[in-house]
Amino acid sequence: MFLIYCPHCGEYREEEEFQNRGQAHIARPLDPDSCTDEEWGNYMFFRKNPKGLHHELWVHAAGCRKFFNVTRNTATYEIKEVYKIGEQPKVVA
Amino acid sequence: MSDVKTEAVTVSVINQLPDASIQGQSPLFHADLATIAKSGPKTGGVTLKEEALLGHLTLRMNPENADQLKAAEKVLGVALPTQPLTSASKGDVVVRWISPDEWLITVPGLKAFEVETAFQKEMKGHFQVVNVSGGQTIVKLSGKYAQYVIKKSSPIDIHPSEFPVGKVVTSVFAKSSAIIRRSGENEFELVIRRSFSDYLWLWLQDASREYGLVIEA
Ligand SMILES: [Zn+2]
Repeated sequence: MFLIYCPHCGEYREEEEFQNRGQAHIARPLDPDSCTDEEWGNYMFFRKNPKGLHHELWVHAAGCRKFFNVTRNTATYEIKEVYKIGEQPKVVA
Repeated sequence: MSDVKTEAVTVSVINQLPDASIQGQSPLFHADLATIAKSGPKTGGVTLKEEALLGHLTLRMNPENADQLKAAEKVLGVALPTQPLTSASKGDVVVRWISPDEWLITVPGLKAFEVETAFQKEMKGHFQVVNVSGGQTIVKLSGKYAQYVIKKSSPIDIHPSEFPVGKVVTSVFAKSSAIIRRSGENEFELVIRRSFSDYLWLWLQDASREYGLVIEA
């Protein structure tokens, strides 16, 4: 069993109920029309792929269906913290 | 982007119940539970009963809006459970917390339209009530071994210290999903989707076979 804490349900639940939706804190450019191709390309396609601490977006897909953020070590799978959308991570590399 | 303005919204609510010329059929109609209840075993470790043809309403609203909370309580006769994973009930109304801004309300099938209409009349602002009665049904499992059937089917911890009476979770259930509520010490209520109801009916028969399954109509 690999348990993940859902900050909306307020309890640990089995990993099978969750989905990882990739890198967190990606802000959509406020004015896409004024972006260069490079800026837009970076926003659309380029993601970090660290070995170690990573801030990720997760969704409690089979539970409350809400999104939240996770700081996770990609090498050990250890979850360092879970925090709501709009909040900033406390654990940073 | 345009400014968001709050304007009066007119919502038309349609009574989804057919007239008496059309027979209402629950998602487990084809299983003919009434006949199995008559001819099947009368004692066993697990009892299964379908709470068929209830009115199911999903409510979305802001849990921090005191006026909306008050309106919901006025319509339902019971306050919305705002504590995660809890439920509230009064008489034949059951309200389940689904998500911080979502609840599943069940009422007798004939009352669904009335309750839905009352929400549109009493509640103001940004909210949504949708009648989803046709899309799901409720199966109640009770008896000493009901908990073992749940344990076989779902990863949730249903020990009474973690899962007291009244607690409700949405989780995976036998490769499908269910809204699971403990409605009694040895009684669990599963809200299941119509499209998965036959699969889950077969699964539940199989999973409870070793304890002896009793069907109640
Ligand atoms: Zn959750």
